[in-house]
Amino acid sequence: MDIIKFLDEFTSESLTKKASSRREMLGNLGNLGKKAAMVAVPFGLASTSGKAFAQSNGNDAIGALQLALTLEYLEAEFYIKALDSGVLPSGGRAEAVYNQISKHESAHVEFLKAGLGDNAVDSPEFDFTAGGAFDPFNKNNDMAYAQLLALAQAFEDTGVRAYKGQAGNLMGTDFLTPALQIHSVEARHASEIRRLRADVLNENTNENALGWINLNNRGPGMPEATQAVYDGEENIMQGGVNLVDATGFSAEAVSQSYDEPMSGQVAQQIASLFIVS
Amino acid sequence: MEKPRIKVEAVTAKPSKNRSSRRKFLKMGGLAMAGSGLLLYGCSDDDMTPDPTPPGEVFDLGSGDVGILNYAYALEQLEAAFYTKVLDGSYWAGATAEEKLILEDLYDHEVIHREFFKAAISANAEASQVLPELEFDFSGVNFADRDSVLSTARVLEDTGVAAYNGAGKLLQTPDFLVIAGKIVSVEARHAAAIRSIYLEDNTAFAGDDVIDANGLDLAKDPETILGEVGATGFVVTPFTANNLPK
Repeated sequence: MDIIKFLDEFTSESLTKKASSRREMLGNLGNLGKKAAMVAVPFGLASTSGKAFAQSNGNDAIGALQLALTLEYLEAEFYIKALDSGVLPSGGRAEAVYNQISKHESAHVEFLKAGLGDNAVDSPEFDFTAGGAFDPFNKNNDMAYAQLLALAQAFEDTGVRAYKGQAGNLMGTDFLTPALQIHSVEARHASEIRRLRADVLNENTNENALGWINLNNRGPGMPEATQAVYDGEENIMQGGVNLVDATGFSAEAVSQSYDEPMSGQVAQQIASLFIVS
Repeated sequence: MEKPRIKVEAVTAKPSKNRSSRRKFLKMGGLAMAGSGLLLYGCSDDDMTPDPTPPGEVFDLGSGDVGILNYAYALEQLEAAFYTKVLDGSYWAGATAEEKLILEDLYDHEVIHREFFKAAISANAEASQVLPELEFDFSGVNFADRDSVLSTARVLEDTGVAAYNGAGKLLQTPDFLVIAGKIVSVEARHAAAIRSIYLEDNTAFAGDDVIDANGLDLAKDPETILGEVGATGFVVTPFTANNLPK
């Protein structure tokens, strides 16, 4: 699995950072940017290889795109299976939304495979039950529809954060703009899935169930297992400025106004819940 | 004079709940034409004569990262001013609870973005390099009318997404790129929500009119964006963008 290679390629600088300090680092402009993906690599993982991070200038970009491709494989297969499952109400908004998103995620897979060429990774084998925790494609499971919505929300909100976390690694490459163009599509998806889920739950006016993320709330009905997707989103510091103090707006409003990046390592951990091999 | 660049025909999905809304939307395009040319852009490209404007009278966004930050600040000023008017209008006052909440949040977010850029540019440039407070004219928008408000909101949010996506590669400082990334995804969340409540097509949140066959969102360079924004007629205060990175 080349993602392991991706993780192996982090500099020794990451070894000096403790995972627990990730949150405060996200609030510190000086530590953002190109190093955002490196702040939380646990000692064990990073120390499995002595390889230099950047043997050539392209390595960090390739690693970023390989992570992106893996996440796109996950999303693409999830939506295809969701649409095939018969769980979604036929002919309504949900089916139309899943169809549209499925089209985009499959297109992202092809686009990234073409862009990576020989460096493209193969699709992992996925288990969307996460080892039996969910049963989202089973029509006989009363919770299946709710699980399809919850997983879609978690995947989309993760995608937004993961692409953002890799932007710095793509600076100066031709992949930056397309990656940004995928990133905002993921955000459109996230907004719509969140609002669709709110509609199904009759939570349309719940501040934790709008199209944007309020503090680090995962939202009503979201399994606790998805909390890692939202940790750190409560940040109110941007560019070294406390925006609650600077603007007089609430921490809720400030946190909603900015989506936070996620390190490649956290994105990989989240994806790993659904990866068999 | 710049040709107006807001493409009304690009909206293929039909606005919901009001049969006359398409006509109103087209009318907005007409108003946009009337307002074009107020915003000066790129005169240096096709005009070899020296700029007749005495220095200091018309603000130029500047060069490098500060220029791009001023560019973003201008767009955030526009959005914040628009939603300020929305919340003062009678459509918002009588809107459904969900629509009220969404528009109130959008107001909060855009004002916060505006104030952030003001602070960030002030911290990274001299006071004379910070874009002044712009004056806007929203007389072409009927703030009592749902279609007028939401169609304008859709244009502004999609424009914001396209602008940030196109400007990312022009930034030199990784920290600024991450900040822009933090904002653009929220703009995209806005765009999807506005499209979802306004357009009756269930796929409009990420419709085929904005997402291409590769699944890529809009990305436009500053010249294109400023041409489109100028064509709306919303920006009264003239400014130039002759030194932005390309």
